[in-house]
Amino acid sequence: MSVQDVDFRGGIAWPSNGISEVPFRLYTDPEQYRLEQERIFKGPTWSYLCLATEIAEPGDWVATTVGEVAVIVARGPDGRINAFVNRCAHRGNLLCLTNKGRGREITCIYHGWSYDLEGRLTAVAFEKGVRRQGGMPPEFRKEEHHLQRLRVAELAGLVFGTFSDETPDLETYLGPLVTGGMRRVLNRPATIIGRSTQILPNNWKLYAENVKDTYHASILHAFLTTFRINRLSQPGSINIDDSGGNHFSQAKLDYAAEDAEYKAAALRSDTDLKLQDNSVVESVDEYGDQVSVQILTVFPNMVLQQIRNTIAVRVLKPRGVDRAELEWIHLGFADDDAAMTERRLRQGNLVGPAGYIALEDGCVGGFVQRALQYNDDGEGVVMMGGHDAQSQNFRASEAAIRGFWKKYRTLMGA
Amino acid sequence: MDRTALRLGIDELNAAYADCIDDDRLEEWPDFFAEDCRYLITSRDSYEAGLRHGIIYCASHGMLTDRVMALRRASMFEPHRYRHLIGPARVGTVADAIAEARANFFAARIMHDGTTTLFATGRYLDRIDVSREPFRFIERTVVLDSQKIDTLLVIPL
Repeated sequence: MSVQDVDFRGGIAWPSNGISEVPFRLYTDPEQYRLEQERIFKGPTWSYLCLATEIAEPGDWVATTVGEVAVIVARGPDGRINAFVNRCAHRGNLLCLTNKGRGREITCIYHGWSYDLEGRLTAVAFEKGVRRQGGMPPEFRKEEHHLQRLRVAELAGLVFGTFSDETPDLETYLGPLVTGGMRRVLNRPATIIGRSTQILPNNWKLYAENVKDTYHASILHAFLTTFRINRLSQPGSINIDDSGGNHFSQAKLDYAAEDAEYKAAALRSDTDLKLQDNSVVESVDEYGDQVSVQILTVFPNMVLQQIRNTIAVRVLKPRGVDRAELEWIHLGFADDDAAMTERRLRQGNLVGPAGYIALEDGCVGGFVQRALQYNDDGEGVVMMGGHDAQSQNFRASEAAIRGFWKKYRTLMGA
Repeated sequence: MDRTALRLGIDELNAAYADCIDDDRLEEWPDFFAEDCRYLITSRDSYEAGLRHGIIYCASHGMLTDRVMALRRASMFEPHRYRHLIGPARVGTVADAIAEARANFFAARIMHDGTTTLFATGRYLDRIDVSREPFRFIERTVVLDSQKIDTLLVIPL
């Protein structure tokens, strides 16, 4: 990107065209937040909407948000998935008040306007008036008042939506590496085994960065080092798509050596701090490739996680300039046996709002947000591992965070 | 044991449990559980949908101890305490010296700077060994009314 390419359309100014010095005001400025809703969440990006399995049958719908915008995702009578705004075309009332349901049509409770599951206005209460009095004027056309639709795409059982006609098709948007990373984890029919939502007291971007930050993991999350859980790590990698916005990081583990290590440790009677029950980390190589951790992100709002045998989708939902919600959707697979299910449940202690290697991420963004309160001059430093956003075969790097800002600057035009 | 005495005994167990957590004597918290035990924190949505993945899931006494050790020695978070209010127990089926019981609770979270919020409400669904005193939880399922957790959950409920 050169100076000539920068389409300055308002928003926070950057000190240079680089991506390794990030203005603190990006996390605190309400106007910037408003621009992000327009240019990122309603812009040429694919937002995660839901799992296809949540709307398995025609007539099933779920309500969610794209950025802050309320959206309905429905499976139509033809079996296809549709997405449209959750806002009545009449007076703007919220159409679906709960987060899931089922039916042939969606009717607004306020004045009874009805829509089919493709978002088309099908009926207006008292359209012809009552006793030939009142009613809509003759020029009123229902077909001019359908709900605004999103384009929808599905990959590996995940459903995405975009407001923009400019967004390239989903696999092009993700790039071949990240598409492959997604298919690797969701390689067979998944089932939901639990869900919860964590309220984050910080700007959404602080979490988006945190999850791409391979630098902090062994420092902030002291659980593994404190209990001397021998990770016998082999070199990992960071894989970033050309746009910068999508990525996955991986680390491998010698599962057999780790298992032998546990058995040996159980025989020792040293006074080291150690877990009483190792089942929270006892894992199997279910993909047969020794990858024990893969964290994958899709810009702007989704994380797909494999940490040992815990599989989860995390959905990041901005809720104002200094607040966000993180929805955790924990997954198993249809072919899990009882032992595998129990393994996933026990390892579940590692992740989520109370997770041994995740709970700190719930508070650390809030600490940054508090430190920036009326003290948001200057820039943060994101230079670990260089200045660009290229894939790397080591993990002591902030390259994926720089990738986030590369994509962000392209979309924000500044 | 008659049911009134049983209910009073379970109320006493719940009161002691709340004091243990709220007084930050967490090292004693595993002692409220039988050797073979299960502790689960989940939400009403997940519970009613039959989803087994919890927010905290301890399937052994060792896992309870590990939770406390991790909190003391590894986890990073701002100091805070809870104040529990646990309502009277309702005792259900009693068989083979195992009582089923339930009780509602509120838990406020008091941050180190004094900020106080209503952190969690819900109910305890318990299976309790009442064969001898003190009574011990064989199973305690904490069903939170809300699926939302503010910031993080590290101290047990």
